[in-house]
Amino acid sequence: MSDGPTDLPAPREAPDAGPYWQAAREDRLVMQNCYGCGTYRFFPSLLCPECGSEEQVWGPCSGRGTIYSLTTVHRAPSPAFRKIVPYTVALIELEEGPRMMTNIVGEGRNEAAIGDAVEVCFEARGTDAKVPQFKLAGA
Amino acid sequence: MLRNKAIIAGAADSDVGKVPEMSGLALNAQAAQRALADAGLALSDVDGLITAYSMTEPYFMLGSVLAEYLGITPSLCASLTVGGATPGIALHQAAMAVATGEAEVVLVTAGENRATGQSRDDAVKALSHVGHPYFEMPYGPIVPSFYALIAQRYMHENGTTREQMAHVAVAARAHARMNPAAPAAEALSVDDVLASKPISSPLNMLDCCLISDAASAFVVTKPERAPDLPHRPAWLLGIGQCHTHEHVTMAKDLTAFGSAHSGAKAYAMAGLGPADVDFAELYDCFTIVPIIEAEELGLAPKGEGGQLFESGETRIGGRCPINTHGGLLSYAQAGASGGMHGIVEAVRQLRGGEGVRQVAKHDIALVHNEGGVLSSHCTMILGRDAQ
Repeated sequence: MSDGPTDLPAPREAPDAGPYWQAAREDRLVMQNCYGCGTYRFFPSLLCPECGSEEQVWGPCSGRGTIYSLTTVHRAPSPAFRKIVPYTVALIELEEGPRMMTNIVGEGRNEAAIGDAVEVCFEARGTDAKVPQFKLAGA
Repeated sequence: MLRNKAIIAGAADSDVGKVPEMSGLALNAQAAQRALADAGLALSDVDGLITAYSMTEPYFMLGSVLAEYLGITPSLCASLTVGGATPGIALHQAAMAVATGEAEVVLVTAGENRATGQSRDDAVKALSHVGHPYFEMPYGPIVPSFYALIAQRYMHENGTTREQMAHVAVAARAHARMNPAAPAAEALSVDDVLASKPISSPLNMLDCCLISDAASAFVVTKPERAPDLPHRPAWLLGIGQCHTHEHVTMAKDLTAFGSAHSGAKAYAMAGLGPADVDFAELYDCFTIVPIIEAEELGLAPKGEGGQLFESGETRIGGRCPINTHGGLLSYAQAGASGGMHGIVEAVRQLRGGEGVRQVAKHDIALVHNEGGVLSSHCTMILGRDAQ
């Protein structure tokens, strides 16, 4: 995967996740944190799947985690992704608990393995959007 | 409690493989006609209809559309969308309907013209919508990627090997080559699978199921009709579901799934256990999946599903034959029909008379369907006799 600008599609922004996408534009990762039980959750939702509380705040995340699993994609789902094969799709386990899907980008991405420490970075998409991405810690 | 409350009176597949002269509806109708003929019944006997869904012909109300196409006016009709688990869940619904007297004869069909009704690119694109539109699709996963993530984690924690996964594909192909209804194909070796085109690591092309034109159907009715049927019915002894997530990102664990729970429910209802299973038809959209299912359903100890397939014991003639028709990997996969071919195969094997493909002991069959990304599970235990 190129580290430069891409013509990968801008994300469809979920209507109930505005703060997530706005924070991404500002190179910040935020997630809903439940007032009821303190659990961070992802994907965003109206209520906490742990305790049912609707009271929550969008809280900052460390952006640090480890690779829970990963796969190198050789057959892309669309022409934009076809240009960058092979690329890595991974599941990250964040320090705060939730898992996220991401690509592994940056130096050493092809040698990434389960358990490796990663940190968030942000990739511009379209004209006015960014998506959280992860790179190997320190890369 | 549904044990002994419903029977599968007839079951059949449409033509499978590449069937460009037929629409998805026509494939469903062909399977329905064959299943009804197998049951000695006519379309006019059907008062319940359950269908799945279609990606190539995305009708808004497929159940009603198929009723219209077949010229029937059922008093119970629905279309279900639970991915690969749909056939089992439709059987569950149909059994509840006949057990409560809400319907007498329920026709269940699934399938579509997925091989010739859309381009390969369209198929990949349509299936990619299985992923979460906001939080997964921006990263370019394909459906095999979701299962690849499971496979990698499973290999990491349980020591399952690429070679063991390849054995699943090799065995499926060997069974398909014994099945006259399966598409003609060359025998496979482990090396063939390992050398096939990489798709999403660790999955290669030959770790992935076929994309077929196919439909499948079965007829569920009440046990009182058993003596009047032209063929021995399959008895529904146990059935259980479990739904834990849809998106792989949200799965709590990638090494333990809802199949253990759906299986436990089915076994408990049947009053049987894994040791009673004579043969199994497991969902095998990708080679890692039946390895996991065999473990979750007690057919192999935890972490030893790979060895089970490697040992040859899952072959016809082995201790626990699995996917005796060739599975989704080498028989047919047309969306929701994938798991239904396993139900049809189980019904036939229970009767006996499948020739070279017939398993030696055929009193108890286990069928497992899963949908999503090992998200929605339905385990069925079918018997040659009531228990």
